[in-house]
Amino acid sequence: MEKPVVRLKGVTVEYDGHSALKDVSLTIYERDFLGIIGPNGGGKTTLLKVILGLIPPTHGTVEVFGKKPEKTRHRIGYVPQAADFDADFPIQAGDVVKMGCLKYLKFGREHLPDCMKRSESVMQQMGIWDLRGRMMGRLSGGEKQRVLIARALVTEPEILLLDEPTASVDSRVQSTVYEVLSQLNQSLAICLVSHDIGVISAYIKTVACLNQQLFYHGEKEISEEVLMQTYRCPVDLIAHGVPHRVLKRHG
Amino acid sequence: MELLQLEFFRNALMAGFLVSIACAIVGTYVVVNRIVFITGGIAHAAYGGIGLGVFLGINPVIGAVVFSLMAAFGMGTVSYNTKQRIDTLIGVMWATGMAIGIVFADLTQGYTAGLMSYLFGSILTISRLDLALMAGLDVLVVVITILFYVQWLSISFDPEFSEIMGLPVKRFYLLLLSLIALTVVMVMRMVGIIMVIALLTIPPAIANRFYTSLKGIMVLACLLGIVFTLVGMLISFYLNLTSGAMIILVAGVAYFLSLKIKPRGKRNQTP
Repeated sequence: MEKPVVRLKGVTVEYDGHSALKDVSLTIYERDFLGIIGPNGGGKTTLLKVILGLIPPTHGTVEVFGKKPEKTRHRIGYVPQAADFDADFPIQAGDVVKMGCLKYLKFGREHLPDCMKRSESVMQQMGIWDLRGRMMGRLSGGEKQRVLIARALVTEPEILLLDEPTASVDSRVQSTVYEVLSQLNQSLAICLVSHDIGVISAYIKTVACLNQQLFYHGEKEISEEVLMQTYRCPVDLIAHGVPHRVLKRHG
Repeated sequence: MELLQLEFFRNALMAGFLVSIACAIVGTYVVVNRIVFITGGIAHAAYGGIGLGVFLGINPVIGAVVFSLMAAFGMGTVSYNTKQRIDTLIGVMWATGMAIGIVFADLTQGYTAGLMSYLFGSILTISRLDLALMAGLDVLVVVITILFYVQWLSISFDPEFSEIMGLPVKRFYLLLLSLIALTVVMVMRMVGIIMVIALLTIPPAIANRFYTSLKGIMVLACLLGIVFTLVGMLISFYLNLTSGAMIILVAGVAYFLSLKIKPRGKRNQTP
């Protein structure tokens, strides 16, 4: 039996009276590759930030490695949306990757030199070594994405959380991103969120659907038939109860 | 060159030089963190302290420091915790601070015309004590920046990731706002509360167009600040115009001119 790494129980998040998440319960296990899809404003980013302890839930509990996320979140590799950053911000791609080493300022300075070396090999692995001196905001969407994934990997995470990893990336880059992720999945849990149903690639093991409430679909439904339909159907039409249904009705 | 024989002019030049250093460094953080409006709020809230200082008969600069620090902590705490509707709060503190200053000035008997100099600056009345305080602030700002350069860079770029990495993001944010508050009070002596934002933001904003590192922006912004204050002061002296306004005018013109210059593929500095 695999060990659970993240456990949410009855999590509700409310902002100014309206709720971003309603009674979400979710468990992520050691070798999971979970894809959470849902419309914009469905609470996907909020869910990731709750797991990271950046947003405290209004109700419910969050545990990461059996503890409060504030205590253990440095063991999570977080890949935020590449599009969220200021394009004029004066930072070079290499310095973004090295941000992953910052945690050793608090959690063991003796690991700092190793981490700096590791950041170089990770950059080579991700094919961004030649971009290290370029300004982050001047990179293409796919390049930024790889920089942010590299930054998360430098922290040697045990879980990887990705927010819209394939937005603004062409399909060729998308498949390389997924290949990298599925390799990583051999040693860590991955959870990604997206509004794009196309992310339900062959690599993802389980799919859940989030629109304030979480509908867990489990793994069986990703049959080839579902995938075929999935790729033809734009994600907005996955809203529950409309004719373009691609996943079965929630029980 | 007979100008340099005059002590007040030498002091003014020195002040321009010292203020440019603090402005360049703190201003760079203001620009890249997009907190220009918060900075404006802190500056205007400081006027309440000036009014109070005059009313109580103490040095108005002390009142300004207290008020601007209070405004910095107030806005910092609220903006850090909510991120929503912060602009409304800033606007309220901005105007309330000014109102407090004006009311205290009204309540003060006797001569209050000196209050105008805090609004529009009076570079030619800068004392040796002012210069010493400015130099002290420069040392503080430079030391903090050198010690925590990587942390400042990371927190400004991506505060959430920095928090996950265990950096004390909130403490750094409040420290930055406190430095802004102190810088604002220093710069206020030169160009006045109303134009403080310009001297903090214009030099880094121009420099940001040509450099891809915080360090590069800070150094270029510092040089630009020195040039703007020097040119502005000379023009104001020969044409007998308000020096603070002239400095800002020079900076503003330079900013709009810089928009015309195409950054030739930003200068890259390999680490």
